[in-house]
Amino acid sequence: MGVKVMIPTPLRAYTDRKDSVVVDGATVGELLDRLTVNYATLKKHLYSDDGKLRNFVNVYVNDEDIRYLQHEQTKVSEKDVVSIIPSIAGGGVE
Amino acid sequence: MNKREGTDVLEDIRFSHEEIRRYGRHLIMPEVALEGQKKLKAASVLLIGAGGLGSPLALYLSAAGIGKIGIVDFDVVDQSNLQRQILHSTADVGKPKLESARERILAMNSNVKVETYPTLLSSDNALEILKDYDVVVDGTDNFPTRYLVNDACVLLKKPNVYGSIFRFEGQASVFYAEEGPCYRCLYSEPPPPGLVPSCAEGGVLGVLPGIVGTIQATETVKLILGVGKPLIGRLLLFDALEMKFRELKLRKNPDCPICGDHPTIHELIDYEAFCGVAPQNHNGEDQSAFDISVVELKRRLDNGDDVFVLDVREPHEYEIVNLGGHMIPLNDLPERVHELDSSRDIVVHCHHGPRSARAVGFLRQMGFKKVKNLAGGIDQWAVRVDPSLPRY
Repeated sequence: MGVKVMIPTPLRAYTDRKDSVVVDGATVGELLDRLTVNYATLKKHLYSDDGKLRNFVNVYVNDEDIRYLQHEQTKVSEKDVVSIIPSIAGGGVE
Repeated sequence: MNKREGTDVLEDIRFSHEEIRRYGRHLIMPEVALEGQKKLKAASVLLIGAGGLGSPLALYLSAAGIGKIGIVDFDVVDQSNLQRQILHSTADVGKPKLESARERILAMNSNVKVETYPTLLSSDNALEILKDYDVVVDGTDNFPTRYLVNDACVLLKKPNVYGSIFRFEGQASVFYAEEGPCYRCLYSEPPPPGLVPSCAEGGVLGVLPGIVGTIQATETVKLILGVGKPLIGRLLLFDALEMKFRELKLRKNPDCPICGDHPTIHELIDYEAFCGVAPQNHNGEDQSAFDISVVELKRRLDNGDDVFVLDVREPHEYEIVNLGGHMIPLNDLPERVHELDSSRDIVVHCHHGPRSARAVGFLRQMGFKKVKNLAGGIDQWAVRVDPSLPRY
């Protein structure tokens, strides 16, 4: 079963510039595991060294933050869209 | 925003015939009308940054008749700003941004009172500057200032109209801890330096800040008028390539360190330390512990010393201008490190220095002892050594 994961611009450098990737998994955790196996350099951008999702990366299932669902155990189906939303700081001042 | 709601304040607001005519298209809308226009005139808005986002903000908010607009910025106009910072024009290059901002705003609408703060917003001055304004609009370009603006707004109970851009993508929201989540509820901590590229490194589509800044201006006007549904509790995402807007729910985090149930932050902190970055400097010095100046590199090359120049920029940047160095983009360095000879003197450069400083840190970890960072990058080289080179 494939679920669409939206890749934000700053992380596309690690997914062969793809803006979305379809991966198999029944939970958010499984999707991200599969994603970081397929794109190994993505891993350090999503997870800290102790294996936790980084604080400046939020993951959404449709429009809801997984922190307010069941975190990485949140169940997903083909109808869902998973989004990775990192913090960006740019204001075009530089 | 309680000050504005006092009707006695609004009663004192008068409009000249010129203003009635100027704001006519507002006055005939029942959602604004004369009362709304008085609210706008009684209101004060502080813009943090007079750059890409600050440009459309300053222009539209002054056109809309905001009574007082404050701007915090310490930068001067650079040619590379003109692609998107429409507040400044070619003739303004080299002038403080605040100067051209003031001129443009007053040329647009001389009824606006413009207050300028030629300073870097810091923990020492933020509360003092922000306290007199009704709405704060964040148009900065760095994490320390974003967290500082957020925390100051939470402490002062003010709404913070947020916008952020990168390449073709933008985000906007209204962080207002009195009524919803704050920026820390969304991201409790910033990324470590180097993991997320800045606009200076990653680039930005020139019209993108126009769109995101205009969304911020819209939210600001709505907050002041008290009409519609503000972006409080919602994160708006915009993708210019797909021309798509999406919306995500933002929730107030009960564990938020500043606006949660048991806050641990009660005053402003050291935001540069919090974000793990060195205090801002603009002379291109000390980007890494192993800096070499462009002048020194030039001397060594002229001397015929064996120096291997490594360029860690991207191929499309190399195409714009290069020093003839060996190119390995920073992201590819771990896989291609075997191309380098650790017995030779290596000088690494990028555009301005941050990427090469990271490359030097990585190579030192890998056991390279003779590797140095070209402070200020190829840009400093073009300024101080070879002015015939183009700067980008």
